[in-house]
Amino acid sequence: MLEIRHLRKVYEGTGRSVEAIRDIDFTLAQGELVCLVGPSGCGKTTLLKCVAGLLRPSAGSVLLDGSPVTGPRPGLAIVFQEYGRSLYPWLRVGDNVELPLRHRKGLSRTERRTRAAEALATVGLAEAGRAYPWELSGGMQQRVAIARALAYRPEVLLMDEPFAAVDAQTRADLEDLVRRLWTERGMTVLFVTHDIDEAVYLGERVLVLSRSPTVVLEQIEVGLPVRRDQLTTRADPEFTRLRTRVLERIRGTVPDAAARDQ
Amino acid sequence: MSRTAPAGPRGAALGTAGLVAFAALWEAVTRTGLVDGRFLPPFSRTVAALGRELGDGTFWSALGDTLTGWALGLAIATAAGIAAGFVIALVPYLRRATASTIEFLRPIPSVALIPLVVLVYGTEIASVLVLVVYASFWQVLVQVLYGAQDVDPVAEETARAYGLGPWARLRHVLWPTALPYLMTGVRLAAAVALILAITAELVIGAPGLGNLIAVAQDSQAVPEMYALILVTGLLGVVVNVGARAVERRALAWHQSVRGEVPV
Repeated sequence: MLEIRHLRKVYEGTGRSVEAIRDIDFTLAQGELVCLVGPSGCGKTTLLKCVAGLLRPSAGSVLLDGSPVTGPRPGLAIVFQEYGRSLYPWLRVGDNVELPLRHRKGLSRTERRTRAAEALATVGLAEAGRAYPWELSGGMQQRVAIARALAYRPEVLLMDEPFAAVDAQTRADLEDLVRRLWTERGMTVLFVTHDIDEAVYLGERVLVLSRSPTVVLEQIEVGLPVRRDQLTTRADPEFTRLRTRVLERIRGTVPDAAARDQ
Repeated sequence: MSRTAPAGPRGAALGTAGLVAFAALWEAVTRTGLVDGRFLPPFSRTVAALGRELGDGTFWSALGDTLTGWALGLAIATAAGIAAGFVIALVPYLRRATASTIEFLRPIPSVALIPLVVLVYGTEIASVLVLVVYASFWQVLVQVLYGAQDVDPVAEETARAYGLGPWARLRHVLWPTALPYLMTGVRLAAAVALILAITAELVIGAPGLGNLIAVAQDSQAVPEMYALILVTGLLGVVVNVGARAVERRALAWHQSVRGEVPV
């Protein structure tokens, strides 16, 4: 469904160029939930922006249903980390969710309203449509951003470290929301995070990324049960084994990177 | 976008007390002979003269002329400032090309153009309009340019990711971002436009309150002259209060108006 083919991204600056991504190659099947995890500054956001069509890769390609992604397209919706800046303070919550739909052809006003209301209800904010984003807590604002992505009805949902800026309890709730959306709706999700526990808890598959210039170090299948729970899953020996493995892989890249720099 | 106006009934009471004290001081310095009554008549006589003016048709038609010149000039300057601001902001090439020109033209005092407009338009209202538009245009333009620079990259990327085209982004991202700046620009422009309208009438002799002030001075009608000056001051206050009220309504969502919301 979503194929990333030998993606490379070099930022061309004045006098010097920075290779952010060297070679990333993977495929997301329909209905998969895949987590990308890597050390901070490893080009995760760059990668996601290339996938979303917001950045043009220097080489390689992104294919959605076999056709190349050259710009933003209706099949892809993205949830940013900075919910406070991604939601518009001048629009009410309902209007924020509805805005992307207003520029879709063939959607009547009533349909837009219904979709926005449904999406807000799905994330547990059925009553918040008339509020302004800044009247809500951080976690609720990120729920609104998720609702906006759901109302857009994308084929693939892209999430760029969406829960990095909320407190631990809210974060756990939002993680369970993503798991629920995936199990109930069979959505295809590409979830980027720097948090190893989060990646293992959420993903059916975890891709471990190296430091910049980024490559995929390893793909790990997560054999945890489909129904996950913050208490039992995190206490599961398999969970511990997986997170240790990911951590080792990420730590293991440090000497390599140091050797290369010299 | 700072909130300088004191809020609440307490602020209003303090403001009124300040005005009363000012009037009392005025009355006192003239009654005690500290200031020559020929040059500054007491407050009470000025108010009496104001009362006479209010009953005179000439005053009202002059006020109408001044307000027409002011409003028309401000409207033209605002429209032109918004249009030019957005075009310049959207075309990086234009932004670089115009930056130095704007910095050169902006500080030229409108008053310096008086000889020019008299040559071209004589004492018609067009003279007043040109000066008002020139002075207030820059206020609006510069603020729109600042506002357009303030677009949040995340807000812009969100719009792009969700398929909003250039026009939709102009309407839904750029415009709301620039609006607080625009409001500030229009508020500043409104005050400058009033100053320029009165100045032009006073110096050129175009019809309006400024012209009446000049006539009062020539005919030694000192209390009337001060009464008219008071009116121009009151106009300034009304314009500012009106502009702030519009700002508060239009920017209810903005940090400067909404304040901190406890979450």
